[in-house]
Amino acid sequence: MAIQILMPALSPTMEEGTLAKWLVKEGDTVSSGDIIAEIETDKATMEFEAADEGVIGKLLVAEGTEGVKVNDPIAVLLEDGEDASAADSAPAAPAPATETPEAVAAAPVAVTVPDDPELPEGTTFKSMTVREALREAMSEEMRASDDVFLMGEEVAQYQGAYKISQGMLDEFGERRVIDTPITEHGFTGLAVGAAFAGLRPVVEFMTFNFALQAIDHIINSAAKTLYMSGGQMNCPIVFRGANGAAARVAAQHSHDFAAMYAQVPGLKVVMPYSAADAKGLLKSAIRDPNPVVFLENEILYGRSFDVPEIEDFTVPIGKAKIWREGSDVTIVSFGIGMQYALEAADRLAGEGISAEVVDLRSLRPMDTETVIRSVQKTNRCVTVEEGFPVGSIGNHISAVLMEQAFDYLDAPVINCTGKDVPMPYAANLEKLALVTTDEVIAAVKSVTYR
Amino acid sequence: MAGKKPNVSKEELLEYYREMLLIRRFEEKAGQLYGMGLIGGFCHLYIGQEAVVVGLEANAKEGDERITSYRDHGHMLACGMDPKGVMAELTGREGGYSRGKGGSMHMFSKEKEFYGGNGIVGAQVPIGAGLAFANKYRGNDNVSFTYFGDGAANQGQVYETFNMAALWKLPVVFVIENNHYAMGTAQERSTSTPAIYTRGEAFEIPGEAVDGMDVLAVRDAGAKAVAHCRAGKGPYILEMNTYRYRGHSMSDPAKYRTREEVQKVKEEHDAIDHVREMLLTGKHASEDDLKAIDKEIKAIVSEAAQFATDSPEPDVSELWTDVYA
Ligand SMILES: Cc1ncc(C[n+]2csc(CCOP(=O)(O)OP(=O)(O)O)c2C)c(N)n1
Ligand SMILES: [Mg+2]
Repeated sequence: MAIQILMPALSPTMEEGTLAKWLVKEGDTVSSGDIIAEIETDKATMEFEAADEGVIGKLLVAEGTEGVKVNDPIAVLLEDGEDASAADSAPAAPAPATETPEAVAAAPVAVTVPDDPELPEGTTFKSMTVREALREAMSEEMRASDDVFLMGEEVAQYQGAYKISQGMLDEFGERRVIDTPITEHGFTGLAVGAAFAGLRPVVEFMTFNFALQAIDHIINSAAKTLYMSGGQMNCPIVFRGANGAAARVAAQHSHDFAAMYAQVPGLKVVMPYSAADAKGLLKSAIRDPNPVVFLENEILYGRSFDVPEIEDFTVPIGKAKIWREGSDVTIVSFGIGMQYALEAADRLAGEGISAEVVDLRSLRPMDTETVIRSVQKTNRCVTVEEGFPVGSIGNHISAVLMEQAFDYLDAPVINCTGKDVPMPYAANLEKLALVTTDEVIAAVKSVTYR
Repeated sequence: MAGKKPNVSKEELLEYYREMLLIRRFEEKAGQLYGMGLIGGFCHLYIGQEAVVVGLEANAKEGDERITSYRDHGHMLACGMDPKGVMAELTGREGGYSRGKGGSMHMFSKEKEFYGGNGIVGAQVPIGAGLAFANKYRGNDNVSFTYFGDGAANQGQVYETFNMAALWKLPVVFVIENNHYAMGTAQERSTSTPAIYTRGEAFEIPGEAVDGMDVLAVRDAGAKAVAHCRAGKGPYILEMNTYRYRGHSMSDPAKYRTREEVQKVKEEHDAIDHVREMLLTGKHASEDDLKAIDKEIKAIVSEAAQFATDSPEPDVSELWTDVYA
C-alpha cells in the first residue's frame, strides 16, 4: 500500500523547514536508510533517510520550498509493483499520537516593537533573528577591541551548538574564537583569570544547565573578587548561553536560572526577549567592567524582530522597557515569559481589559522604578516567568511593590511561574509544567476582579 | 583476530549477535520515530558501538551495577531491560521505565541495577564510583560498570574520582567509550594526550586499550578487569576504541567528518558484521538461521514500537508525584 512520507522533525525545536534538495526522483527505488532529501532546519542542513522501502511515486513538495511544516506530506512511497495512481489515495503514515514537541511552546506572538523614545527620529529597522543579533553584537565588539574573545564548547569549528557563533571563526581566527574541551569548571575559572588580567572573555555555555559545573567560579571567583580585593580587581566577563526550557529535553536540560543568579551581589544579570535587546544588551554586557550573566533562550533564537539600524546600538543594563501601554493591570515579565505576557495582553484587549506589559530585560540591577510607576497607574500586577515559584523574580517584585507601592495596590500581586517540579519529559506533562498564557489571563482576571 | 581461533562457544556467539542486532534495530526504529515526532527532545543513538556493552555485560553477574551517559539505550537493552519499556520512555508514555518523565536521556531500573541515563557530561563517573563504594562498604563482590565518553574524559570530576577510587580500592570498571568525537569535536582537538587508558597511571590504576568493535576482545578485557575488581584490587580502566555511525544526536548534521570516514568503519570494522562472519565461516549458523534471527529481532522491535505508540500519556497527576520520596 502506498504511504506518505512526512516532513520529519530533525531537532527539538524544529517547527518547519526548507526542503533544500531531493536526492531521489519519481520512479526511484529506495530502501530503508537511503538518504532521500536534504532538509534545512533552523540550525543546520540535515540528511533525511527513508524509513521504509519502496518506489518513490510522487514528490509532493518541490525542491527549494521553504516553510514546510513538520508532518506535512512531502512524497508518496509506493510498494513494489504498485502503480503511480495509488499515490493519490495514499493514507498518511502513522501520525504521531501526541502533538509534536514544538506545539508545547505557545504560538509565536505577532510582535511589533513599540517605538523606543530614545531612538533618533527616522531610525530604520532591519528584521533579524535573536541568533543573528547575538552574533552581530559579539562580532562588533570583537572588531572594536582585541581584548574581547569568545570561548566555549563547539563555538569555533562546529559554528556553535546553536549556531550563534556561525562564521566567527572565519572572521576572527582561532586565537579569538576558541573551542574548549568539555570542562566547564576549568575553562570558566581560566576565563575569570584572563578577565582579572584585563582581557574581556565571552564564555559561551552550550546551555546554562552545564554552567552548574562552573557555578563556583561564576559566583565565588567572578562575582566576589572586586569586593574581596577592596576594589582592586574587577572581572569584566560575560557568561552567556541558552537558559530555561527548550522542548522536551527533560529535567537536566531545562532549568531556568534567572532567579538564582539574580540573587548574587557582584553579578549583573540580563535576560532579553527581543533581538534588539539581545544585541544592545550583549554589547553593553561585553563593555561592562563587571561579570554579566547573559541568559538566552533556545526557542527565541529563531524568532525575528526589528532591530534598529544604528551605528553602535546599545541598550543599557538595568533599564526595563514598556512593550505595551495599558491602564487596568501591569504584567511584568522578561525573556521568554514575554511571549505569554504579550499574548495574554492581546487576548485580554479583546475582552476589554487593558494590560500594560513591562519587560524587565535586566534582573540585576532591576528597574523596579518602572514597575512601580506602572503599578501606580494600574493598581494591579501580575508577574510571568518560566522559573520555579519559590524565591522567584516575581516574589521579589511582589515584595518591592508591597514595601514601596502598598497604597497603590488594589489586589494582591499574583506570580505566574513554572510549576514546582523538575521538568518532565512527556509532552502533556511538560506543557503543564510550563507557565501558560491561560494562567496569565486567569491571574489578570483575578486581580481585576472580572 | 586473524589466524587465532577465538575462545567462544556457538551459543555465546549467537547470543552476542542477537543482542547487538537488537540494539541496532531498536536504535534504527527510534530514529524513525523521532522523525515522525513521536520522540522529542534529544535522542542519542548507540549505532556502531554495540559490541562495547554486549561484550562487557557478558562478564556481569547478578548484583553488578551499571551507569552511563545520555547515550544509554544500548546499555539498557544489554542489561536485560525490556525494549517495550525503553521505547515507551522514548515516546514519553506511561509504559516507559520512568513513566514518561525522564525520556531518552533519563531512564533507570532498580531491578536491573541500571542507574541511568545521565544528561550532564561526566557526572555519572563519581556516581558510578559511589555505587562501587556501597559494594565495598557492604563487603560484597559486586562491580560497578561506569561508562563515559572521550569527551567526558576531560571533565575534572573524572580525575577526582580516579583518585578516590584508587585510594579506597573501589570495585569499579571505568569504561571509556572512545568513539573519537564529542559532539563535533574530534578527540585530538580536545585533549593533549589521546591515550585515555593511561590517565590512571598517576593514581596507579591499571588501564588497557581495547578494540571496541570486536565483541570478543571487549569481553576478554572485561573479564580481566572484573576479576581485578572482584579480588579487591581496586579500579580498572578500559578504553574502548569504537565509533558512532549516526550524528551526535538526532539534530546533528555531522559535517565535521566525511561520509567516507563513516563508510569505511561501517564496511571494514562493523561489530555485527564481524560476528556474522564468524558465525558463517565457523559453520555455527547458516544464512537462513541468521535470517530467522533477523526476523525475530524485527518482531521484538516492532512490538516495542507498537507498545510505545499505544501506551497512553502519563496521567496529569504524575506532574506532581516523585518530587520527594
Ligand atoms: C556538563 C555538560 N557539558 C556539555 C554538555 C553537552 N554535551 C552533551 S553530549 C556532549 C559530548 C560528549 O561527548 P563524549 O563524552 O565523547 O560522549 P559521546 O556523545 O561521544 O557518547 C556535550 C558537549 C552536557 N550535556 N553536559
Ligand atoms: Mg565521544
